[in-house]
Amino acid sequence: MKLDAKIPEGPLADKWTIHKNNIRLVNPANKRLIDVIVIGTGLAGGSAAASLAEMGYNVKAFCFQDSPRRAHSIAAQGGINAAKNYQNDGDSVYRLFYDTIKGGDYRSREANVYRLAEVSANIIDQCVAQGVPFAREYGGLLDNRSFGGVQVSRTFYAKGQTGQQLLLGAYSAMSRQIAKGKVAMYSRHEMLDVVIVDGKARGIIARDLVSGEIERHSAHAVVLASGGYGNVFFLSTNAMGSNVTAAWKAHKKGAAFANPCYTQIHPTCIPVSGDNQSKLTLMSESLRNDGRIWVPADADDAKAVREGSLKPTDIPEDRRDYYLERRYPSFGNLVPRDVASRAAKERCDAGYGVNQTGEAVFLDFSDAIMRYGSTEAHVRGMHNPSDDEVRKLGKEIVAAKYGNLFQMYEKITDDNPYETPMKIYPAVHYTMGGVWCDYNLMTTVPGLYATGEANFSDHGANRLGASALMQGLADGYFVLPYTIGEFLADDIRTGPISTDSPEFDEAEKNVQGQIDRLVNNNGTKTVDHFHKRLGKIMWNECGMARNKEGLEQAIKDIQALRDEFYAEVRIPGSAEGLNPELEKALRVADFLELGELMCHDALDREESAGGHFREEYQTEEGEALRRDDEFAYVSAWEYSGNPSEPNLHKEELVFENVELKTRSYK
Amino acid sequence: MNLTLQVWRQNGPNDKGRMEEHKLSGISPDQSFLEMMDVLNEQLVESGKEPVAFDHDCREGICGACSMFINGEAHGPGRGITTCQLHMRSFNDGDTIYIEPWRSAAFPVIKDLMTDRSSFDRIIQAGGFVSVNTSGNTLDANAIPIPKEDADKAFDAATCIGCGACVATCKNGSAMLFTSAKVSQLSLLPQGKVEASDRVLNMVKQMDLEGFGNCTNTGACEVECPKGISLENIARMNREYLVAAVTD
Ligand SMILES: Cc1cc2nc3c(=O)[nH]c(=O)nc-3n(C[C@H](O)[C@H](O)[C@H](O)COP(=O)(O)OP(=O)(O)OC[C@H]3O[C@@H](n4cnc5c(N)ncnc54)[C@H](O)[C@@H]3O)c2cc1C
Ligand code: SF4
Ligand code: FES
Repeated sequence: MKLDAKIPEGPLADKWTIHKNNIRLVNPANKRLIDVIVIGTGLAGGSAAASLAEMGYNVKAFCFQDSPRRAHSIAAQGGINAAKNYQNDGDSVYRLFYDTIKGGDYRSREANVYRLAEVSANIIDQCVAQGVPFAREYGGLLDNRSFGGVQVSRTFYAKGQTGQQLLLGAYSAMSRQIAKGKVAMYSRHEMLDVVIVDGKARGIIARDLVSGEIERHSAHAVVLASGGYGNVFFLSTNAMGSNVTAAWKAHKKGAAFANPCYTQIHPTCIPVSGDNQSKLTLMSESLRNDGRIWVPADADDAKAVREGSLKPTDIPEDRRDYYLERRYPSFGNLVPRDVASRAAKERCDAGYGVNQTGEAVFLDFSDAIMRYGSTEAHVRGMHNPSDDEVRKLGKEIVAAKYGNLFQMYEKITDDNPYETPMKIYPAVHYTMGGVWCDYNLMTTVPGLYATGEANFSDHGANRLGASALMQGLADGYFVLPYTIGEFLADDIRTGPISTDSPEFDEAEKNVQGQIDRLVNNNGTKTVDHFHKRLGKIMWNECGMARNKEGLEQAIKDIQALRDEFYAEVRIPGSAEGLNPELEKALRVADFLELGELMCHDALDREESAGGHFREEYQTEEGEALRRDDEFAYVSAWEYSGNPSEPNLHKEELVFENVELKTRSYK
Repeated sequence: MNLTLQVWRQNGPNDKGRMEEHKLSGISPDQSFLEMMDVLNEQLVESGKEPVAFDHDCREGICGACSMFINGEAHGPGRGITTCQLHMRSFNDGDTIYIEPWRSAAFPVIKDLMTDRSSFDRIIQAGGFVSVNTSGNTLDANAIPIPKEDADKAFDAATCIGCGACVATCKNGSAMLFTSAKVSQLSLLPQGKVEASDRVLNMVKQMDLEGFGNCTNTGACEVECPKGISLENIARMNREYLVAAVTD
């Protein structure tokens, strides 16, 4: 397997322009002769489908939900970055680029990240033109806030529902193309394999989830925009249906899988409460703009809080440990996610956790409420307002900023965060790893592309907040529509791809075989039973902290679990018609293989980088110890035919424009 | 908690369907309603029976997938929430809970509690968008200032998650609240004004073609809407429609 990143020549700031000027074009009449399949209708897939159709290609789009509008992107709360410098706080394309490279712990590709920063401003223009109702200031201009890991205010948002609004924008652009007949939408369809003809991706095998029918779809190119695989951990902030199947099947057909062990653990989630829990809920990172994070400074106080005999509000200021402000004075509560997550785990492991399980820290708004309240009292010309008056005014301001998040928190926990601090803990959130792709977003299989969370390229070992939405839309609206031309220019005379080929026969037979095997299995255990067990192994051994011994054991445990799954799983019902247990089983079967690869990858990476903390590699202060001399590479794994024997290839990362420094947020 | 569930089972659109009784015990008040359904389904699978099919995905009240009629109410008791945001602490130990799918001619049942809501997508396809090219060669976003009040109102309308509770709860099966939310969002913004009359005419036409009923202003939709979409939107849509129909 050859990894050629195809990074264009020229100075960093000109690479994209130079490349665009050199990419081959497909003329409009010829675009009508070309079909493209897009898997996924989230921000990455929805925007790609709309844009490709707008350009004239015939698009077939697939999603497993009942409507493209329900893709997982809809859940993103906080915001989307763009280097607009509207706040005049010194932001620029270079700074967004630099923050992203540094935030990713120098494990992403310079050229891709620069391009991302470069097109970011266009994304906001495009979305506003589509009618996306971003938050505005009284003067009518767009409002911004800041997110972890940066010191400028470059995040655009729509209350706590930015993802929803952006997705509805992409969905409406796509709906317009569906109405025109340029996009054929296949909802409630799941892609179960890619079909490769003469070395090129030429179609897919999909299952109609309602009829159960196995279908063949051909195209000149296939785009995977199928999202992330955080659900390998079972509990995560991802939507329940998010899965790795499309990416994994592509991997098994020759697409390298890059940096699989890079999982982002988000610091501000509602802690785990019980055994029957199905998912974890994120509290947007924007809360860290105003909320202060602390635990009791005194272990006895922490114990009393856990036992319920001491209220957090009764702990005086001098007995609180605002550990992020203490350890990282210049970024304070706004350190990047990996730093904030590790620090929370460190405090809880040391015995200062504040909920019953000891796995929670406080996120406290009382200072913000008083601060906003006194400013507001000033504005209203109130002289000597009482504390209660100030608090009331402050609560109103905080409610206007974060009201829906506070409400959500209260609904889930039955606790009122205006009165008592929220409890939060890190949770699996986002996967930086994914299908390897070059600068054109093409995978190691010609004609097969990967965009959005499904690919690996832009976030390195840690993703800064508000940059996944940016990447999804950049890929879909502005990158892929150009770069795909390079490949498709050769296909203007190919004509429609037949689905009556041995390659389609073979792929369909394999899919059918796997389904039959699962449906006819006479086990006794449910799919979730295995998924939960896999999740436990992954969280304990390949989660926030890992070590060699644990990973080696995890690999054995996962292999054994996989065998047990095939021996013991029970799928009621049949392969015909709607069968949600079968859908889950097919996804979990792939998670059981991916999980092992994640452990192999984590084992290979003998350094701590971003969310990946190898216990053997830490500084004396307990900070992550990156080892640039040996590990400044992307690990790209090739499938060997046996999930337990993957082959590692390395893409050396070349940094010409930034100097690799120890990340410090002190 | 111990509960008795009366759950609607229906094999497909042509099956007649029936209620089925199930007993559950040991449910924690902190579990969400869907987590309670998961427990039921685990039990069913373990005893070799088919689990109850229901739509869900985000489980945090934003994707609009989950859709159940619980004790005669869309998304169950509690205002301003979806089924996945409903917690078992809203019920009492020993309760009997009735669980049914959305019922509306325009939302045929696929299986058990799952219905086909693709009619909503077709209403959007009829005009629920701004016809702007996806080229990135648009105006700078700050070139059109929008009064905060308008932007906030447009945002409020835009929060509709397309769940269909409004339709399911309406005695006429009307989709006015859903359609008017999108019409309002776009007509409140300068970007959407240009196509406003065509949009409202086309979307309303599609709504009728899909077999949704008429609105008789009973307001049940607003009460059950998890996102608090207001009836004002229907009034705004009616005004837009009248103007558009006269000038058409
Ligand atoms: C709770 C939450 C909050 C977040 N907040 C933010 C934020 O504030 N800012 C930010 O930048 N990022 C945020 N993120 C991250 C961001 O939302 C995601 O990374 C991003 O939306 C992923 O988009 P996507 O288009 O790549 O994939 P998704 O939106 O996950 O879409 C995947 C699509 O692929 C389809 N699909 C998958 N597999 C198949 C298959 N086999 N066959 C057919 N279709 C398939 C699905 O149906 C779906 O349409 C958040 C994430 C979560 C979980
Ligand atoms: S208007 Fe309310 S009830 Fe109707 S679809 Fe939208 S969110 Fe659901
Ligand atoms: S599952 Fe998404 S709204 Fe309930």
